[in-house]
Amino acid sequence: MSNIAISAAHLAKMYRIGQGRKTNYATLRDRLGTLLTSPLQKMSSLTRSSSNGSQREQPKGNVNVDYIWALNDVSFDINHGEIVGIIGRNGAGKSTLLKVLSRITEPTRGRAEIYGRVASLLEVGTGFHPELTGRENVFLNGAILGMRKTEIAGKFDEIVEFAEIEKFIDTPVKFYSSGMYVRLAFAVAAHLEPEILIVDEVLAVGDSRFQKKCLNKMQDVGREGRTVLFVSHSMQAITRMCERTILLDSGNVLDDGPSHRVISSYLGAGQGTTAERVWDDPTTAPSGEVARLRAVRVRSEDGHITEAIDIRKAVHIEMEYEVLKPGSLLLPHYSVRNEEGIKVFMSLDNDPQWRRRPRSPGYYISSVRIPGNFLSEGALFVEATAITMEPVVPQFLEREAVAFQVIDSLDGDTARGDWAGNMDGVVRPIFNWETKFQPRDH
Amino acid sequence: MSATNAQQASPPATSSMPTDLSRVVIAPSRGWVSLGLKNLWDYRELLYFLVWRDVKVRYKQTALGAAWAIIQPFVTMIVFSLFFGRLVGVPSDGIPYPIFNYAGLLPWQYFATALSQSANSMVTSANLIRKVYFPRLLVPIASTAAGLVDFSIAFIVLLGMMVYYQVVPTLAVLLLPLFLLLAIVSVLGVGLWLSALNVQYRDIRHIVPFLVQFWMFATPVVYPSSLLGEPWRTLYGLNPMVGVVEGFRWALLGTNPPSAMIILSACVSVILFVSGLFYFRRMERSFADFV
Repeated sequence: MSNIAISAAHLAKMYRIGQGRKTNYATLRDRLGTLLTSPLQKMSSLTRSSSNGSQREQPKGNVNVDYIWALNDVSFDINHGEIVGIIGRNGAGKSTLLKVLSRITEPTRGRAEIYGRVASLLEVGTGFHPELTGRENVFLNGAILGMRKTEIAGKFDEIVEFAEIEKFIDTPVKFYSSGMYVRLAFAVAAHLEPEILIVDEVLAVGDSRFQKKCLNKMQDVGREGRTVLFVSHSMQAITRMCERTILLDSGNVLDDGPSHRVISSYLGAGQGTTAERVWDDPTTAPSGEVARLRAVRVRSEDGHITEAIDIRKAVHIEMEYEVLKPGSLLLPHYSVRNEEGIKVFMSLDNDPQWRRRPRSPGYYISSVRIPGNFLSEGALFVEATAITMEPVVPQFLEREAVAFQVIDSLDGDTARGDWAGNMDGVVRPIFNWETKFQPRDH
Repeated sequence: MSATNAQQASPPATSSMPTDLSRVVIAPSRGWVSLGLKNLWDYRELLYFLVWRDVKVRYKQTALGAAWAIIQPFVTMIVFSLFFGRLVGVPSDGIPYPIFNYAGLLPWQYFATALSQSANSMVTSANLIRKVYFPRLLVPIASTAAGLVDFSIAFIVLLGMMVYYQVVPTLAVLLLPLFLLLAIVSVLGVGLWLSALNVQYRDIRHIVPFLVQFWMFATPVVYPSSLLGEPWRTLYGLNPMVGVVEGFRWALLGTNPPSAMIILSACVSVILFVSGLFYFRRMERSFADFV
């Protein structure tokens, strides 16, 4: 028996912009419209899937604006028992690769061979139905992830115990808190016994204690000789779990090797989004004529550089930059976006000491303090920018300069109070409430 | 390097691993593909769970629960009996109009609800389709199967009506499962086409309610097919539900025995079914990108 678990050769996946999975569905009218305009050319397109219809296009980066090659040319071999991390910035093709390997979508080109039973975990609790109880969802979710009914029944107690929700197992999951929901969903997944496990960033949810528990469980999975493919933004988790890491960039394998080496080169190249980014080499630093960015950092209140921020605590974002020419009015500012890409806020330097004052050449550190109990939980990405005023000239703009996670514990003194359920919203402030009472007249 | 590590760390696990690992090849498929029936069979437990979920969820948080499966056809039958039976005086092959109508409504309602459900099934299961692999055929099949539960409940009412109207079925009743199968095949045939089209053309969602409405009047639910003379009557069989409804009436109430019309219906539904299967499989490769 060969020891290879996954062998990928020249995998490529093209999406059509506007017809990809995002929004625009083709309507019949569109199709009929094109039928009328170019009847011969398009006649066959009604029966042909679009991803298939344009295979002749060449994968040359994103040259053709109509198409995006989410994967360009990806090849690698993974042996049984390896735990491999996959990293890369947003849009590098990580999720597409996992989708192709889990057979959710077909590659446009290339080939992969997989030896062994695969379970993929691209989302926690896929197929959970809110109206069904925890018990029912364990069976449903287990079946969806490819477990046999007898297998689920055999592990049922273990799953419930792992999820720590014994008391609520017969309650419909719509009454669960998000924490309970995630725990139950992950518990099911953690008890899968595939030969190959494909996991996408699902650990970014849940409280940190449970996250650790899951990481440990996954490591156990690896020790039992199973193969794990793990996508994450958390370099910490990757370093801890994976001996080998594959770095993807615009649909290509940029690096593949021991995790510590790949990760450090990734971070060194200023590619990773972490709590700190430093540009040691002035020639590669984002720069304009007047100002050059040197570093961006996320610090906790006590000054430590950190990726994880307690929702109750303030966070400081600082940018270190160099002013190259005297006499300009400089306006540094930050934009903070959440995981969905929604801009949570933009904040402009309003330090009275520097406002409307020309700056002399030298090094500056501008930091902003974001108070606790303001941001919502989840990952946040910081864009660091500076412009000169009068006239307005952009100096530097670094889109995902740094990132951090806001973590809402269930301690009862956050905006959640005693509510452990789902809380939407881009911010999560604590406001003052007042309730007036008047007794009813008899 | 890491591979050898893993081997050293876990000799027992490696030996417990099946020596003959299943092999999956991932590559772009072209043209028409096989139906993948073996793969479908491997996932039969998931089919069971999907049906079970649909059935469980259908009447959750309703006050009347599964009674709805009876109320809907029963009330429809009463309204039709009043309007078409009493007021208009539509003939009913010498059988009391209510039971004549109900015996047709029963398969019709199954067809109508199961068709709407399966036509929308790929879209309502979009989340599953984007995140997990399984044979996509399971989705419309599960919706079609889940409708059988309502059918069975509504069937009990029919038995009650047969007792009330003292209708004694003939031996033909033994063929009833065959006509039910024909109904299922018809639903799947149309449902597979529509669900696959719905992934790319959301127009289908708006078309289906109309389609079902018109289709009912093109099917002998409120009137007997004996109203039509030959050759129209045989041509009428191009609508697969004609065969199903007339077959139900014959099997249960002993009306007109099967004719060329029913055979034609059966052929049409089998053609729809087989072509639907292949069309669905062909479109399947891009479902996750579009849904």
